[in-house]
Amino acid sequence: MSGRNELRVEGRELRIVGFLCNWCSYGGADTAGVGRFTQPTDLRIIRVPCSGRIDPLFITRALVAGADGVLVSGCHPRDCHYAEGNFYARRRLEMLKQFLPVTGIDPQRFEYTWVSASEGARWQEVVTKFTERIHGLGPAPRIQGGSGYDELCLRHIEAGVLQGETCPCNKEKGL
Amino acid sequence: MRIGVFVCHCGSNIAATVDCPSVAEAAKMFPDVAFATDTMYACSEPGQDSIINAVKEHHLDGVVVASCSPRMHEPTFRRAVERAGLNKYMLEMANIREHVSWIGKDKELNTRKASDLVHIAVEKLRRDTPLVANKFDVTKKVMVIGGGVAGIQAALDCADAGIEVVLVEREPSIGGKMSKIDKTFPTVDCSSCILGPKMVDIAQHPNITLYTMAEVEEVGGYVGNFDVKIRRKATYVNWDNCTGCGLCMEKCPSKKGFDRFNEGIATTTAINIPFPQAIPKKASINPESCIMLTKGKCGVCAKVCPTKCIDFEQKDTIVEDKVGAIIAATGYDLFDYTVYGQYGAGKYPDVVTSLQYERMMNASGPTSGHIKRPSDGKEPKNVVFIQCVGSRDKSVGRPYCSGFCCMYTAKQAILTKDHIPDSNSYVFYMDIRSPGKGYDEFTRRAQEQYEVQYIRGRVSMVFPQGDKLMVRGVDTLAGEQAEVEADLVVLAVGVESSVGASGLAEKLRISYDSYGFFMEAHPKLKPVETNTAGVYLAGCAQGPKDIPTSVGQGSAAAAKVAALFSKDMLESDPQVSKVDMARCVGCLKCVETCPFGAIKEIQDRGGNVKAEVIETVCQGCGICTVTCPQGAIQLQHFKDNQILAEVNALCQAEMSFE
Repeated sequence: MSGRNELRVEGRELRIVGFLCNWCSYGGADTAGVGRFTQPTDLRIIRVPCSGRIDPLFITRALVAGADGVLVSGCHPRDCHYAEGNFYARRRLEMLKQFLPVTGIDPQRFEYTWVSASEGARWQEVVTKFTERIHGLGPAPRIQGGSGYDELCLRHIEAGVLQGETCPCNKEKGL
Repeated sequence: MRIGVFVCHCGSNIAATVDCPSVAEAAKMFPDVAFATDTMYACSEPGQDSIINAVKEHHLDGVVVASCSPRMHEPTFRRAVERAGLNKYMLEMANIREHVSWIGKDKELNTRKASDLVHIAVEKLRRDTPLVANKFDVTKKVMVIGGGVAGIQAALDCADAGIEVVLVEREPSIGGKMSKIDKTFPTVDCSSCILGPKMVDIAQHPNITLYTMAEVEEVGGYVGNFDVKIRRKATYVNWDNCTGCGLCMEKCPSKKGFDRFNEGIATTTAINIPFPQAIPKKASINPESCIMLTKGKCGVCAKVCPTKCIDFEQKDTIVEDKVGAIIAATGYDLFDYTVYGQYGAGKYPDVVTSLQYERMMNASGPTSGHIKRPSDGKEPKNVVFIQCVGSRDKSVGRPYCSGFCCMYTAKQAILTKDHIPDSNSYVFYMDIRSPGKGYDEFTRRAQEQYEVQYIRGRVSMVFPQGDKLMVRGVDTLAGEQAEVEADLVVLAVGVESSVGASGLAEKLRISYDSYGFFMEAHPKLKPVETNTAGVYLAGCAQGPKDIPTSVGQGSAAAAKVAALFSKDMLESDPQVSKVDMARCVGCLKCVETCPFGAIKEIQDRGGNVKAEVIETVCQGCGICTVTCPQGAIQLQHFKDNQILAEVNALCQAEMSFE
């Protein structure tokens, strides 16, 4: 992790977090790999079963906690592995897009798209373009109070998940 | 928690552009990591053994494998972890091959990225809990939807394997498109002679229950335990007593009904048996053309029927059944050729479809096997075939190749010569696509032995001239306009998904592509499985294919069902949603959003409304987890705190830098 900061200073790499559904887009990214479709290395992918599993708050959290860009990708509408998960995702993500400017986060730093498991070349294009866009925007300005969930906070959420209590950190921060 | 990290070189696949030992070294810095190493091939037998040994030696209770995509080897490493004595869900993978080494060239950047991916896997694993699969019973009975050749084969193979089969067909007889075809390519076998015996086997097999004139109304439940409702449409004939004597057909005064079996080139009686070899050979009444049912008087059939089985009062009935697996073999329909106005289909009677032509050539067809022009009944001397009508044409929304039209066109051209030796056949084609055993030889034979004129080019228009038709097109090989005088024009109409396919897909909860063809689970390796457990595909429902491929898929789907039923109990995937009862406020938003009906309303002891997940029905998408305003319903293995921890792992370093 230590080396990351130097890279940041050099401006070679920015922090881009990807949320990809397992069935289409994660597969599409795999297909791009198998086809050796070279891509920028900034993106780190978090695998979720369905784009419908992506809570818009995950994305907000990433942006608040220091991500320079967040890219979400799911199955093409009507082609969801879980029948309609991406319809839910589309509504939620579109809502988030409208909402981001209110928070002071540049909505340009967030994008969602649809890539199927066979579209390796398309995935390459999506990643390249989005990475270029984020590099164009430069490092995200630091958001006050955006310290992310620390270890303690996560443990509280975990406790909350298990015991039915809201996270005290959230209460403190008034979230 | 004690975590072990294994960084795979994958030969040079990963090691060439990622510094694997330093990724392993960096992993030792992550919380709870007790052991980290790099390994040549983690998936190989020695590789797996080294994981198992390390688990035992270092008392690990969770494993991170950094290697290829989890879509590739997650099951492999789950088994390895299980063999090591751990719960098999205490495994996470970091995809450092497809997502790192194969797409990035800079070794330094790749190494950092790989190390980040290992970090998020570790953070996720730290929050994993052991999961135990539920076991449940299997109903060893299969429903096959569609009685075409694919469905017939699937039903027979299942039945022969000792499995009870319910075969549902919406037409009055099974047989599908193959029963309409006169001969099959490339052997020029009589189609009904090879299909007929199989149809009879269906009727006679003790393990098969056949419902024709029936459609699937509703499908509930899950693999091993589907609850199905089948609508048996009213036939107005009591089939228990009908002997198929056909007396009613002779006497029926309404003779102008559309003959579906003969593709409308003939008319049929309101009460009819679709064709002589029909299975079951039972009469049914078309309520649209029946005088009794439309005008309220007639009843001739009821008077002549020797077994008194006509029942004008009959209503649709619903049959309920329980099956463990479903095979969807709903076949295809023909492209609406009238879209091509320039070919004059639907306008000029002597422009027919390939399937209509098939019926004309068939000995049991309306012309008794004599090819006649629909307009004047004369024998045609010049027959022009136009290929790719609704195939490989973006402008009509059908960019795909229907696959078998080249072959049946060659066959029809050959048969034309057989029927009318002094005839000439012309084929307008784009490319001749004849992959398959003996296929290319067959199209060559059509050209060389039967002197069929192949003209490479599209047809621009067909127009009448006298009592003939002029076909104007282009010959791209000669580079000039081609005009052929035709007595009869046959359109090689392309394949379309079956009418109502998308509706059925939604009932079965399987996906379909933008053309309505059902999606297989994997285009190469799971061609007859769907992403819904227990639902399989066969034949053209999945995409255009010829008879041998359809039959092969029918058998393949049957083999999948037999393998599924070889177990007495099935295991459900425990990566499902779970409700925290203390936190659930009973708003039931999750019940509304669940696409699978996997969440039900219950009451706790105090009478409070709560949500509960039916584990075997839940598919693990996690839509409910996002919907829940309380965070009370959590998808196991993809819990909120796990995903947030992953986000945190990727972003927190930045914070410390600031």
